[in-house]
Amino acid sequence: MNLSLISLEIWVIALGLVLMLADFWMPAERRRLLGYAAAAALAVLLVLNLGHCATGTAFNGMFVQDGPAVFFKRFFIVAAILVLFMAVEFSDCITSGISEYYSLIVFALSGMLFAASANNFAMLFVSIELITVTFYVLTSFQRGRLVSLEAGVKYLILGALSSAFMVYGIALVWGTTGKLNFNELALVAGQFAGNKIFLLGMVLVLVGLGFKIAAFPFQIWAPDVYQGAPTPTTAFLAVGSKAAGFVLLLRVLFTAIPSVSAHWANPLIIISGITILYGNLCALPQRNLKRLLGYSSIAHAGYLLLGVAALSASGQAAVLYYLSGYLFTVLGAFTVICLVMRHLDNEDISALAGLNQRSPLLATTLTLAMVSLAGIPPMAGFFGKFLLLKAVLEQGATNPGYYCLAFTALAGVVISLYYYFGVIRAIYWSQDAPADLSPIFLSGPAKVTLAICIAGMFWIGLFPNAMLNLATEAVKSLKM
Amino acid sequence: MSPLTYILGWPLIAAIGLVFVPRNYRVIIRAVAVLATFISMLLAVKMFCQFVTGQAGYQFEQQIPWVQSLGISYHVGVDGLNVGLILMGAIVAFAAACCSFEIQSREKEFYILLLVMTGGILGAFASLDLFFFYFLHELALVPTFIMIGVWGRGERKNYATFQITLYLSVGALIALIGLIALYLQSGANTFDIPKLTEYVQAHPLAAPAQNFIFPLLLFGFGILVSLWPFHTWAPLGYGSAPSPTAMLHAGVLKKFGLYGLIRIALPLMPQAAQHWMQILAWLCLGNILYVGWVAMRQRNLNLLIGNSSVAHMGFIFLGIASLNLIGVTGAVIIMIAHGFLAALTFGLSGYIYRQTGTLEMDELGGLARKLPFIGAALLMAALAGCGLPGFANFVGEVTVFFGAWKVFPLVTGLALWGALMIGALYMLRAMRNVLHGPVPEKWAGISDASNVWRKLPYALLLASLLVFGCFPRLLTEKITPDAGKIVEMATENAGGLVAGDASSRERESAPSKQSDGQRRLTSAATEPK
Repeated sequence: MNLSLISLEIWVIALGLVLMLADFWMPAERRRLLGYAAAAALAVLLVLNLGHCATGTAFNGMFVQDGPAVFFKRFFIVAAILVLFMAVEFSDCITSGISEYYSLIVFALSGMLFAASANNFAMLFVSIELITVTFYVLTSFQRGRLVSLEAGVKYLILGALSSAFMVYGIALVWGTTGKLNFNELALVAGQFAGNKIFLLGMVLVLVGLGFKIAAFPFQIWAPDVYQGAPTPTTAFLAVGSKAAGFVLLLRVLFTAIPSVSAHWANPLIIISGITILYGNLCALPQRNLKRLLGYSSIAHAGYLLLGVAALSASGQAAVLYYLSGYLFTVLGAFTVICLVMRHLDNEDISALAGLNQRSPLLATTLTLAMVSLAGIPPMAGFFGKFLLLKAVLEQGATNPGYYCLAFTALAGVVISLYYYFGVIRAIYWSQDAPADLSPIFLSGPAKVTLAICIAGMFWIGLFPNAMLNLATEAVKSLKM
Repeated sequence: MSPLTYILGWPLIAAIGLVFVPRNYRVIIRAVAVLATFISMLLAVKMFCQFVTGQAGYQFEQQIPWVQSLGISYHVGVDGLNVGLILMGAIVAFAAACCSFEIQSREKEFYILLLVMTGGILGAFASLDLFFFYFLHELALVPTFIMIGVWGRGERKNYATFQITLYLSVGALIALIGLIALYLQSGANTFDIPKLTEYVQAHPLAAPAQNFIFPLLLFGFGILVSLWPFHTWAPLGYGSAPSPTAMLHAGVLKKFGLYGLIRIALPLMPQAAQHWMQILAWLCLGNILYVGWVAMRQRNLNLLIGNSSVAHMGFIFLGIASLNLIGVTGAVIIMIAHGFLAALTFGLSGYIYRQTGTLEMDELGGLARKLPFIGAALLMAALAGCGLPGFANFVGEVTVFFGAWKVFPLVTGLALWGALMIGALYMLRAMRNVLHGPVPEKWAGISDASNVWRKLPYALLLASLLVFGCFPRLLTEKITPDAGKIVEMATENAGGLVAGDASSRERESAPSKQSDGQRRLTSAATEPK
């Protein structure tokens, strides 16, 4: 057993415990500053982690430290740091227990870190539960707001249902094959390719993962939960939880059952296409910005599934690349929403009116984020979509369905232009007169967060070489 | 550093610089925009003069690797095909920046978008890398939508924005799929156009791949160029756009699709090109005759100009479809001439709109008396649009007809009729309504372009039309060697595929008739003098 492999996870959990304990000794008015301390601690862990990347397995192969694991761990820590900054700005909307809020974010992060390394169905289930259970609490943290509680309950019920499906599926897989470890399963999966019970088990596991990434037809929860949850929670849900779902999906499909998933091109193509169209079409009439981003996140799950459906290394690399651009884009957008709308009852788009006069930096960030989500050069989203499309078209020779999928994605992109531009129009050229033109005060750390998000969007969009090489290197250890 | 990098870089740098200028410094914002486009224009003129005619390969090249694993690099360079287009783009961009005094609200955002658009267009034409070719075009395209949506005019502004965004995004994305498929199918693992061309010459694409990719590029680019029947976005879009945007889009950005067809689709997929050009020849009649007919019915000057601009695209498509040296050379000349012409007409109609507040031809009349300079310029533009000798359009159109006659006599005959009759009819009728007759009393207060600054953009565009109209050799001697290469690649291996087809035999012999064509070209060009 190699404990040093999980030192990062141990430190993160220790940080969560320290945050909870610090609550006892910190005076109430200083507690919000704990968020900065937590972010700083995570930044130190990130820097230390950048140096060494020992690879290997631990706990009898349950836990694996390889290319994708290292890539996603850094991804999750960056996301958590930005979310913690956002949470500090949001702290005055949380009536009590702000340090618990911080520590729950850190615990959710630890779940994501374990998910990145999961190489065993038991590990997969435990890490998903660690993420999901903390998110039940994080979603309903604004106890005074009915929508927040409603969102929490919805997420709890649907999340519990999907966990039940998943654990049932795991039981069926274990019952038929006797394996829980992904590498061991890969050796025997080919023999069970015709076994209906095994296949049912795998499908149920994928249902659970589909719920995490909000893919059709398991996307119903996303808009309501996105709308009701406190903004930092929504942001972490949109980035961290979705990415955790994708790393597990990649591992299950390409490490555990590559010989079976090779035949699943058509179902994946169909799910990806419907998810793209559903997300984009439903986003069209939305007036609530968080709900709009909820639907947009469904559409983006569909785009990311393009790379999964391609069943190729370049598709997987495209997924990783797209997620890293998506991280900065979505966190930038949610930081702006958090800063502009934290005191409003509903996050209607009309509240953005006059934002370019109230705070040019916020207006710029949100505009760039929308441009990047829409996939327009020179932002990160363009090159990401380019890579995903390229990965799909590469496979076009083997299955004409991929061409249909590429055209579906294209239709989705065109539809999405309408609502993303609607947001930009609301910022600069709103029809209704802005209700409030008072300047928005930005704290130093908030400015830093926004600057990081803008820099990230431009860096990944304009200089894709480094990130693409990282992603290509990372997916080499997924067996495909 | 290549001068091309500066030509496309100055507007982009100025755009970034403008972000940091406070919005109430209007004079500075305007001066920065005009200056940046002016420098670009000067550099483009200098490059055009320094261009060594007939030298093999690309000139003023620069290459910086961008994503090695995919073979993407920033690679710019010019040959005879795009050197004139870049010059035209830079001149039109400067004229558009000068004409932007009509924008009175949110100037800062407008000039930033205008500069981004300028840099994007010039970059797209200069780019020798498929990825950047598309990337920079997209960078220029998106500001168009925003500019029409925000600074547009007319009651149907929102509808027009919506329509143009949908149409052009669909067109651009179809072309993107085509370009990615081309990259993947070629197997060259590079986006570099010269390398790709070389590779494909040695390893031609399989026929099914060509037949699949070529229509994607043809219709993707076709939508961007308003190929009939995908043209409906253009008249309304231009009618609703602020005039600098219409100038840049109709004049320059629209030529991107045509340039893409000539530079990429024809040489890389010769067999499919052979097949599709027959169809394209008939589609272009839709542009020339049908859209010309629609233009005759217009009551609004801007819609008329928009429709006539769509009709002119038909001649360019006809030139490309002829797939011989004379036709393709003519197509490139019309691309350049039409760029100046479209910019000129949209600029002038924008001036009239700002003075009168309307472009309904029933309400206008007698403006030549009140606006002598603008009126005269508009009349000259209309005559250039009808193909009057002396203007660059004549040279291009006559060259295209000579080229196309050998391949599609029937289509050419009909197109000639469209060019001479329909074009002249609607243009001259519109000029009579707008410029002549009694002056309605309500226009007593309008004033002509008063000072040099106001006259400069129109005078510059008119001068360009006349210079290239009277000295077409400036363009033809640069274009023909490289157009010849494209035609050679596009017609080789054709015999085996469509043997027995009289028109293809005709085309094969086209390169050998080069000297003959050259002679005719020169005689056509000297005719106006």
